Amino acid sequence: MSTCSVSKGCFVFKPSTKKRRLSDKTAHDFRCTSNDSEDTELRFVTCQSLWNQIKSETEKIQENLNKQLLDNLVSFLSRSHSDFQEKTTEWTCRMKFREIPTAALVLGVNVTDHDLTFRGLSDVLQDNITPYVALLEAKDCPGIKNLMQKLMGQLMKCDIDVDSLEDEDCVQVSQNRIRCSMPSLISWYDSVTKKTDSETPSKKRNSSSRHWQSPPVVVIFRDMESFTTKVLQDFIVISSQHIHELPLVLIFGIATSPMIIHRLLPHSVSSLLCIELFQSLSCKEHLSTIIDKLLLTSRFPFKLGEKVLQVLINIFLYHDFSVQNFIKGFQLCIVEHFYSQPLSVLCCHLADIKKRVYSLSHNQCENIRRLPSFRRYVEKQESGKQIELLTNDSFLKEETEKLLEDLHVYHENYVRILRCLHVFTSSLPKYPLGKQIRELHCACLENRVWETEEYESSLQLARMLNKTDLVTILQQCVEILMSSSGKEFDRAVGKLKEFLTQFQNLEAEASQERDVSVSPQKELQKKTDLYHLQKTLLELKESRRSKKLTKFEMLRFEVVDYIDSLVRRYLVPADQRTLQEIVYFNGAAVLRGHLNAAPRTALHTALNNPHWYLKNQALRCDGGGISNKAPDICIVYKLHLECGRLINLVDWLEAFSTVVMAAEETNADAASSDQVDDVIHARFIRAVSELELLGFIKPSKQKTDHVARLTWGGC
Amino acid sequence: MSRPEGMRGSRRSLQVKFVPDEDVLRHISDDAGTKVRKDKAQLSVNVKRFVKKLENISDNEAQEILEENYVAALGICAQDPVGNGSNISGGEVYSFQTPKRSNKMAELASQLAQTPEKNVSPDDSKCPEKMAKTPQSSSNFMWAEIVWKCNLKKKEFVSSTPYRLRKRLAAPDPYLESESEYSASCSEEEDEDEQKEVSTVLSDQKTPAKIKAASTPPPRNSLTKKNKEQKMGNLVEEYFEAHSSSKVLTSDRTLQKLRKRRLDQQTLHDLLKNAPLAYAAEIRDLNQQHESLFSKWMLQLHLGFNIVLYGLGSKRDLLEKFRTSLLQDSVHLVVNGYFPSITVRSILNSITEEVLDHIGTFRSPLDQLEFITKRFKEDSSLELYVLIHNLDSQMLRGERSQQILAQLSSLPSIYLIASIDHINAPLMWDQAKLSLYNWLWYETTTFNPYVEETSYENSLLVQQSGSLALSSLMHVLHSLTLNARGIFRLLAQHQLEKKDNPSYPGLSFQDFYQQCREAFLVNSDLTLRAQLTEFRDHKLIRTKRGADGVEYLLIPVDDSTLTDFLEKEDEDV
Repeated sequence: MSTCSVSKGCFVFKPSTKKRRLSDKTAHDFRCTSNDSEDTELRFVTCQSLWNQIKSETEKIQENLNKQLLDNLVSFLSRSHSDFQEKTTEWTCRMKFREIPTAALVLGVNVTDHDLTFRGLSDVLQDNITPYVALLEAKDCPGIKNLMQKLMGQLMKCDIDVDSLEDEDCVQVSQNRIRCSMPSLISWYDSVTKKTDSETPSKKRNSSSRHWQSPPVVVIFRDMESFTTKVLQDFIVISSQHIHELPLVLIFGIATSPMIIHRLLPHSVSSLLCIELFQSLSCKEHLSTIIDKLLLTSRFPFKLGEKVLQVLINIFLYHDFSVQNFIKGFQLCIVEHFYSQPLSVLCCHLADIKKRVYSLSHNQCENIRRLPSFRRYVEKQESGKQIELLTNDSFLKEETEKLLEDLHVYHENYVRILRCLHVFTSSLPKYPLGKQIRELHCACLENRVWETEEYESSLQLARMLNKTDLVTILQQCVEILMSSSGKEFDRAVGKLKEFLTQFQNLEAEASQERDVSVSPQKELQKKTDLYHLQKTLLELKESRRSKKLTKFEMLRFEVVDYIDSLVRRYLVPADQRTLQEIVYFNGAAVLRGHLNAAPRTALHTALNNPHWYLKNQALRCDGGGISNKAPDICIVYKLHLECGRLINLVDWLEAFSTVVMAAEETNADAASSDQVDDVIHARFIRAVSELELLGFIKPSKQKTDHVARLTWGGC
Repeated sequence: MSRPEGMRGSRRSLQVKFVPDEDVLRHISDDAGTKVRKDKAQLSVNVKRFVKKLENISDNEAQEILEENYVAALGICAQDPVGNGSNISGGEVYSFQTPKRSNKMAELASQLAQTPEKNVSPDDSKCPEKMAKTPQSSSNFMWAEIVWKCNLKKKEFVSSTPYRLRKRLAAPDPYLESESEYSASCSEEEDEDEQKEVSTVLSDQKTPAKIKAASTPPPRNSLTKKNKEQKMGNLVEEYFEAHSSSKVLTSDRTLQKLRKRRLDQQTLHDLLKNAPLAYAAEIRDLNQQHESLFSKWMLQLHLGFNIVLYGLGSKRDLLEKFRTSLLQDSVHLVVNGYFPSITVRSILNSITEEVLDHIGTFRSPLDQLEFITKRFKEDSSLELYVLIHNLDSQMLRGERSQQILAQLSSLPSIYLIASIDHINAPLMWDQAKLSLYNWLWYETTTFNPYVEETSYENSLLVQQSGSLALSSLMHVLHSLTLNARGIFRLLAQHQLEKKDNPSYPGLSFQDFYQQCREAFLVNSDLTLRAQLTEFRDHKLIRTKRGADGVEYLLIPVDDSTLTDFLEKEDEDV
């Protein structure tokens, strides 16, 4: 069946049911795709399980981060209508003011992440506070009527969910039949709460015991900024009239700043609200936590290369601030890695490595031998071992296992020392190596960090730290190193502890020495003669310069040197490690092409430099020009760049035909040279309408046979 | 006409001498009607721009370096092996409008035409530069110039001002031998007009020299700063130059004067089918590269991503191939976004009616979407592949349509693969929609012609075939009375008689009534009005009120269709 038609734009194709593919075909895709069809099954399974672990981990992180916010919100909600529960007189006096309790939830500009927050929020509310939660989005509520409809629909549906199946008639009452108005909402609320009141405490009790007798109705405005002001105002005014009958609580989701409430709502309306502000965690902190828990850990065997991480972080910082997109990029990295690298089958937890290494096929062994990092490793070995490595598969497997274990150990140590170094650098003024640990991580991945200027300057700054700072830093480092399971750092911990005790000893000594050190200052106080004062001051300065380092300073130097030695030993960049290709993903260009594409630039290149795509010698051209043999659309495009706002089609056509005829070397001097050839005319028409489709020009009525140019640039 | 000073001045800076005179020549040859005054203005603009260009080079470089830094920061230092063409700095792609001369296009065309084999393509701004550098060794270039001039000569004989040009074009041969003869050659017996022209040319020659002299001295240390200032000033100047004149200077030629019949859709199609596709082999290679990605697309679709294709060239064939090779055994929906009357509702309808076999209507697309969402969530075995050609088409680019499509695509068991072509297509999506779509971008530059995509378009140059209009016209008229047909015929004839008058407003009602009465077609004002109302209801005629309040009647069909119609009518009668 063809999909070209002049009367139809949609075509559905349904294969007969027996021919339909089974749903577990994703693995099949994985297999039939990669040209190295080695261990695809296993790779796919590993990839999926890894992704699932990471996904659940990120969700857990998100939950933990939002916990504080949600707790605050819940306590606010439970406070908001406590008066309504008790039906005290205090309520009646407040009722006069008709204030609706409102939570303004400032969530930040990363709108795409809000979804998860709101989902978590409504879950928590339904568990703890009230079954009556409605989530409204601006796009569903162009008018107050739609808003009420949506609101009642959600509330009553949840009512059906809560109630058992015996209330079948309730289902029948569709939202269409009820007139959507505040009174009907109130009567519904009354009937629902009465029902729970009157119900015998059999099975119903335990479910509703979490809620109070008359739970508040929570209405969440997901994206407050995009609501029409009129709708919001009307809703608030109307519901404030009924606040004494219906315990309503509003939650505004705000992406910009709390000021927006006052900008959207006039004073007369905003005075009907009793607003309390809640601030969610900033997305940057969220990202830091994610990086901390996903990348700077040895829990997951998969690692990101420096460029890849840079691309992901830059997309986050320069484009969207969206943690969800960061995780999506991370997912893409995993998929790409397992898809394109046949040896990624070895990218698994330490426990599985042995089994997987020994089940490698000969082809896979060859793949290992082809890895650049492995080649480098082989070259460093003595000749006998080289031959063994290159010819003997089982020897290679043993070696591979050892190397992979080494790599694993390297990671564990790397992370510890990186954190230690971060403790140091993050307390320095101006942060020469970056404030965040991710910056430090990138720097360490990129090249040997100790060879960089920034590292030099940060060491210099570290040599000037005062004692209290130094001691706390050292204590933190000890904690970090202690938390590692291996025995690798036992010596380092011992050394650091030794430093700490030495500092304490220093303190004791210092108190004794104090008397001695006061003496020059005392002298200073005695003499008031200006000449002598100057002299002593100069002497003091002189002595300070030439003075031997104090014990503290010596110790400080020692500490910094020791940290430096740790860094040099453990923070070797990953791409210098053998077999790093197995666990590191380095396809930054691919990643960027898929996530942060530039369609207009691609179009620009295709039009200006067709040789980039069509590898034909005739199209080759130096400089900014293009060959006259270029595809029609390129020539037409190039010609149109020379025009102003309007383009005369006749001129354009003639210019085009001049070029094309010269390119074809036809008898340009034939008598019909002023009459444009039909074929060329047709080609011109096609090229022009293609440019129109691409959005470079549009028809213009300003002048006959003219088109208007829509773009500037590219010239 | 010997002017030694001017000549000497021009010998010092060769580029000044060459460009303006060619310009004069070309200008006269291309459109003889344009005023000399305009020419002068253009020349000075040209020279100014050229000088500016020379000065701006260093600054441009600096800017490039800046841009490179940004690009590096974004992390695309690594070259893409596939040949992704998107690593160009943005400054080239997005820039301000710059002032353009009206005959620049012709110039470029002749330049492109004159470099057939050699790979040198002197860019307009570069050629004077080159010559200024190596005046002696530029014989190659001059040769090209002469070849081109000879070409021009051939053209001039058919041009409207043959005499003067022939005179002028006789000159180029001596011009080859020595430069000094050049100005003499055109000074023998010119009329006054020509005299003036040359003098303007010469006076223009002086200005660039002056500008140059003024711009050379600045000392080295303050050079960059000055350059920057100057560049800023130039930018501002150019910007206002480009935006100031509300009048656009373009030539007044129209297609009708070309004595060229407009091609209709069918002949266009036939012509293009016969014309060989250039670089077919390379294009095939390119497409094969893209086709090797099919299974990867499949995998990524299943993992929850959606795929969007961009790049020059029709991606229809590619998607069709994807469909026929991989989707044969699964339920899929193909949407031709370029179809002129496609709507979101029709897409949703085909999902609910044909995929989900649901009979019944929905109050709004949102309800429909909700229904679809529910069904797909309930039944996990349900899967649907959606292919949308041109997601950015006129009909689908609206905010609401995109929102609905985005929500549709966010369903885990709906797999969307779409193509976009418009340069501004990504502007359709905000962050929220982008996250719903969850795109993976793939550059698939195919260089295939947009055959299907543009076939619906009412291109400017394509004549509306009118076959549809004609048949509907005949159809309606056949159901009318004889008198009514007579009335319509009368109107059509009148309109055809006046077809040469472009400002023909239509036939006034009173005149028409008179004519109808004379032909015994109506007997009263009222019957005619009743008849006209019927015509109007069938959209056969259009009425509009003139400035004097008189009603004018017009048949909104083009002349050739009308002629065809009258011929057919004659056959019938």
